Amino acid sequence: MSQLSSPETETPEATAPQIDEAREAVLAEVTARLGDGVVGSHIRPGDDLWIRVDRANWVAAAEVAKAMGYRFFDFLSAIDWLPSPFGRDMDSQEDRIVSGAPAKEPEAMVQGYAGGETRFQLLARVYSISAGMGITFKCDLPDNDLTAGTWSNVYAGANWHEREAREMFGFSFDGHPNMINLYLPADFVGHPLRKDFPLLARRVRPWPGIVDVEPMPGVADEEGEGE
Amino acid sequence: MTAVSDPQSVAALAAEAVDNRVNLDFETEGMTLNMGPQHPATHGTLRIIARLDGEQVISAEPMCGYMHRGYEKLTEVRTYPQINALINRIDWLGSFANEVPFILAAEKLMGVEAPPRAQWIRTILFEMSRIANISLFLGDFGLQLGGMTALFYAFRDREWVLNQIESATGGRFHPNFDRIGGLKDDLPKGWIESSHTAMDKLLAFCDEIEDLLVGNEIFQARTRGIGVIPAEIALSYGLSGANLRASGVDWDLRRDNCPPGLVYDKADWKVWTHPDGDCFARTWVRLQETREAAKIVKQLLDTIPSGPVMAKVPRIIKVPEGEAYVATENPLGEMGYYVVSKGDLVPFRVKIRSASFNNISVVPWVARGAYVPDLISILGSLYFILGDIDR
Repeated sequence: MSQLSSPETETPEATAPQIDEAREAVLAEVTARLGDGVVGSHIRPGDDLWIRVDRANWVAAAEVAKAMGYRFFDFLSAIDWLPSPFGRDMDSQEDRIVSGAPAKEPEAMVQGYAGGETRFQLLARVYSISAGMGITFKCDLPDNDLTAGTWSNVYAGANWHEREAREMFGFSFDGHPNMINLYLPADFVGHPLRKDFPLLARRVRPWPGIVDVEPMPGVADEEGEGE
Repeated sequence: MTAVSDPQSVAALAAEAVDNRVNLDFETEGMTLNMGPQHPATHGTLRIIARLDGEQVISAEPMCGYMHRGYEKLTEVRTYPQINALINRIDWLGSFANEVPFILAAEKLMGVEAPPRAQWIRTILFEMSRIANISLFLGDFGLQLGGMTALFYAFRDREWVLNQIESATGGRFHPNFDRIGGLKDDLPKGWIESSHTAMDKLLAFCDEIEDLLVGNEIFQARTRGIGVIPAEIALSYGLSGANLRASGVDWDLRRDNCPPGLVYDKADWKVWTHPDGDCFARTWVRLQETREAAKIVKQLLDTIPSGPVMAKVPRIIKVPEGEAYVATENPLGEMGYYVVSKGDLVPFRVKIRSASFNNISVVPWVARGAYVPDLISILGSLYFILGDIDR
């Protein structure tokens, strides 16, 4: 499965040609049905398939997947690609502002597999029991309009997942039947899973875990990374 | 019944069937019944707001979040080994099983594979967690339906498997034993023999529960034909594990999509399904699963290869950039972690796909039209752990 071999064993897959015909075929079929709606894709051979669709085709992607036999709904969530302004180190940008130090250059925003252009990406996964494969769908949401169509008419299970994504990221889903908070109190302010939402416990008592990566006394630092 | 092949027509028919369950001919002034957050049938703090018409439930809406601990946020500020200790607490009855998919996802991104002995022990402990989890269900479900005896037998015999987990890992509830690239320790001396004994006790427990509870006339009256979930509904809600197999879907991640790092293909076992989709079917499938788990453990105990339990991994775990989703068949159903790594000590984002969240989201559908006592059967048989819903 993995492209890298473990340190002790040579895996034959490492030299095998990395072409996954089954997933290529699935990607071709989704592309044929959605046309220009597919704006990015990524295949890790023998493992997984990522398809990025544009926002207008988000619901259509679910319908296509279901029609193709991907009837099992796995999950729907989102990724905030903004590099966290709250670093685990003590010189995060916020701390620098407080202490009057010059601002640090923020890290570049790099989206993952299948690419992306916006900070927020929807992430959903469906699975076909007969094919034994899953598809991970992604969809860019522009910052000024965090709205997408609802999947809950196609996959009933998306109902709760969209409620969770709404309160955690601040999205809204058109046509959702019951758009109320699932976890958070109704008067909660903010969207906790956004990267710029501070984790207060960490701000009060920063990063106790840093001690774990210091080299043990008397042990040579193998990686040279024990900061 | 005519055969319908189109999934959407099936879904429409199912929705119609739900509406037909509600008898509005004798409409009375409605009543709202609040169940929980401290009800014994809610395994934690789930609250259900049920609107009733007489004895019938018109709508039931679960209110979650009383135990939301923000794990997805916390994973973004913890190193991979630290997260391992954290996610033990998601499904606290089968803790070791929570660790495995996360570790496997990290291993996949790092391109590390655990040595065979570690894979064997991992699978054995995984199945022991399943037994520890489901044996409590078998007792507790009886308690919820008014049969208290089963619970005591379950707690008595669950101790056998908990002792084994404790003597191997040091923890009864939160082992924190799995590591990227292998396991924390090898097995203690004499563990294999004592595990055989424990599994024999558990197999006897399954027989006992089958006589005592599942075969009981009152139990069957309370569960047969109650809370029927058709396969198409189960799939579109993402029900997994025994809840899905009880609806007749023959799908088990251990057999059908087993991630590398677990050795289910080395044992001879069977995936049980039940065509009925009712509360009884869910209990029955779980009972068979416990038996199969004990059989898997017994077979794997006899074939553990020798060798190290830890592959060579850097002492400081940095996971290369990439994304991976790994799911395993946990006691409650499919549990998966979607890990996004930026090549740092901490993951960039972890989406935790827990089984109970999807399993319980079907409650508004299945409870509509049920009678109040049946609501307990339905909730009990869907079997959720609150930590697994709220995360």
